[in-house]
Amino acid sequence: MSDDWASMFAARKAAAPQPRSLTPASRSGPRPAIEVSRVSKIYRRYSQRKQFATLKSALLSRSLITNLRPDETFTALNDISLTVPKGRTLGVIGRNGSGKSTLLKLVAGITKPSDGTVSVDGRISALIELGAGFHPEISGRENVFINGIMLGLTKREVTDRFDEIVEFAEMKDFIDAPVKTYSSGMYMRLGFAVAIHVDPEVLLVDEVLAVGDEGFTHKCLDKFAEFKRRGKTILLVTHSLGLVERFCDEALWLDAGRIKGSGDPKRIVGAYITDVERREEMELAATDARAKETASAAIVSPDEPASAVLPDTPIETATGPADMFRAAEGRWGSREVEITEVRLLGGDGTPGHVFHSGERLDVMIRLRAPLPIDDFVVGLGLFNAEGICCYGTNTYIEELTPERLLGDAEAVFSIDALDLVEGTYKLDVAVHKMDGYPYDYHRLLHTFRVKSRAKDVGIYRPRHAWRFSGDVRFKKTP
Amino acid sequence: MLHNLAQLLRYRALIQSLVSRELKARYRGSVLGFFWSFINPLTLLAIYTFVFKFVMPNAQPGTDPYPLFMFCGLLPWTWFASSLNESSGVLISGGNLIKKVLFPAEILPIVTVTANMIHFFLALPILVVFLIWFQAPLTVPELLCFPLVVAVQFIFTLACALLLSALTVHFRDIRDILSNILTLWFFATPILYSYKYAPDLARRFMNFNPFAHLAISYQEILFFPGPFGHWKWLGALAIGSVGFFLFGYWVFDRLRDSFAEEV
Repeated sequence: MSDDWASMFAARKAAAPQPRSLTPASRSGPRPAIEVSRVSKIYRRYSQRKQFATLKSALLSRSLITNLRPDETFTALNDISLTVPKGRTLGVIGRNGSGKSTLLKLVAGITKPSDGTVSVDGRISALIELGAGFHPEISGRENVFINGIMLGLTKREVTDRFDEIVEFAEMKDFIDAPVKTYSSGMYMRLGFAVAIHVDPEVLLVDEVLAVGDEGFTHKCLDKFAEFKRRGKTILLVTHSLGLVERFCDEALWLDAGRIKGSGDPKRIVGAYITDVERREEMELAATDARAKETASAAIVSPDEPASAVLPDTPIETATGPADMFRAAEGRWGSREVEITEVRLLGGDGTPGHVFHSGERLDVMIRLRAPLPIDDFVVGLGLFNAEGICCYGTNTYIEELTPERLLGDAEAVFSIDALDLVEGTYKLDVAVHKMDGYPYDYHRLLHTFRVKSRAKDVGIYRPRHAWRFSGDVRFKKTP
Repeated sequence: MLHNLAQLLRYRALIQSLVSRELKARYRGSVLGFFWSFINPLTLLAIYTFVFKFVMPNAQPGTDPYPLFMFCGLLPWTWFASSLNESSGVLISGGNLIKKVLFPAEILPIVTVTANMIHFFLALPILVVFLIWFQAPLTVPELLCFPLVVAVQFIFTLACALLLSALTVHFRDIRDILSNILTLWFFATPILYSYKYAPDLARRFMNFNPFAHLAISYQEILFFPGPFGHWKWLGALAIGSVGFFLFGYWVFDRLRDSFAEEV
């Protein structure tokens, strides 16, 4: 997979000769803006007991960390080396807890590496937490001054840039009100405006673009673009993969404190998405297995009445779920016919739990009937995360008259194109009599996720196309 | 360490603006605002005067007028005690700054001590009114020593504040222990009573109490007639305080890297 990506983008890379980076060896050129070499960061796991035992040990033990056993430490970063040449934008991606923010804090100098060295050339501004130093009781104006000075400006520089900052934050009317009266958006905007006007040579950004409305986000991006044009170096930590693809010169993928990949943003993002899907798959498989286990463990009485798959034939009973559309997951039925296995098969025939919108999906249901059965209906219901039934059908509705079922059998419900929007879906799978008497009812036991690069909304994605006539044009997306 | 200390000079503007923020924020939203800087010590003074003048008449000679005598020691003590109380928690409450902004942490205790010093200065006019009212025997050479005493107290307080703030990050018990120690310390210092007429044994113990020498210095300058005879002790304390400050800063510097993780 990653090889394909690599070859696809190799051409692009070659076409635009760029300084090789992310290799610590490039010594000959000018000093890089950020150089991180063989850096590890080990945190102590928090435990009351392991606080310093005595005052003396607190003062004299140089090694706050090395004395601890490995099980008491947590390695946030493990032997990381990277170089960002001046004027380049590096996007750092990775799952939560992969060490992205730790890396940023190390580069910012807020924490010190346990091992290795970090060197940064030029004034840094770190957008880690916006408005971190704001005091709620005093006015925005005073806070801008203090925050600016805190970030390394002189009083005079803040005075010169004050109007610009206020303008950028869109805060003209509120600048003299105490900060505690600000909405969280205003707070963030002002914090961002101050930080961005520090005019750093190296800008460190930690997932702060999520603040503010659409308009403000665009303004921030424009500001970043301006920084790029002016040859500033940017280190961007984000979960917005699109941003990395569009905006960064290179990407770095951290996983569990190690560099899992680096280089062309499109390639790295692609590899990262693949990995995320693989993990989701594993996670869903585990959840699925757990749900089934719990359901099988529940006591099943053959006489327990239940309801059918269909919304129009609910049978209310005392013991079964009163309203099956609100019933939690579970399994019930007489087991005269048993569903022994339910598998979801993707377009290439491999079983899985994560599928792409528009792909083929086969639901394979294995059945077993120890004795011959002549009254049976196989049904299936598809629910989204809100519990809304997206689709439900069974063999009875589709006018298949049962004749005989004996021994092991297999039913495949085949969906040519999974035209669902992105989200998590659950399946009801059931065999029951035509009157609704359940043989084996699996309620929301089978989970799968639909992935889609288009972030459309709703339940169902009709096959569609846009057509325009007249003078309508769209920009080409890169 | 010395390098870091020199770096601090670069942060003068930041210290200055943080101190003014501290002062502004302190009384923002209160009706009387800065007047609290006068009212607080006056209330304290009224209470102690009432107790020691009327409820439990003070038998010690030479401390008349008692309110003036007591005020000479009480004001500096308030500066000292509130600085210590606040600085013990200052790194923890300022955790957001230490964790999210590149920022030398020692600025926080420095700001605390400085802000409290400003409060002390703001309360000085009351002392001046008292001095004039009671016609205290002031001489110019003695008054010239006053800034020196303030300077020594500043260094000494700063040393304590650095030490406390750094250690409290790791030993949170310090905050609770501190309030007890400060109560004890207050009564072990000749503020409510006079050093001159204390029993011999008590005087010997008091010699080990750095703040006693500060209090005595203030009293000799502002209250007792005659030349400032305590200057030798003050000089020794000045040297000791500088040493103590360097030690406090060393400890702070040593533990610095752990702050971002522990607060």
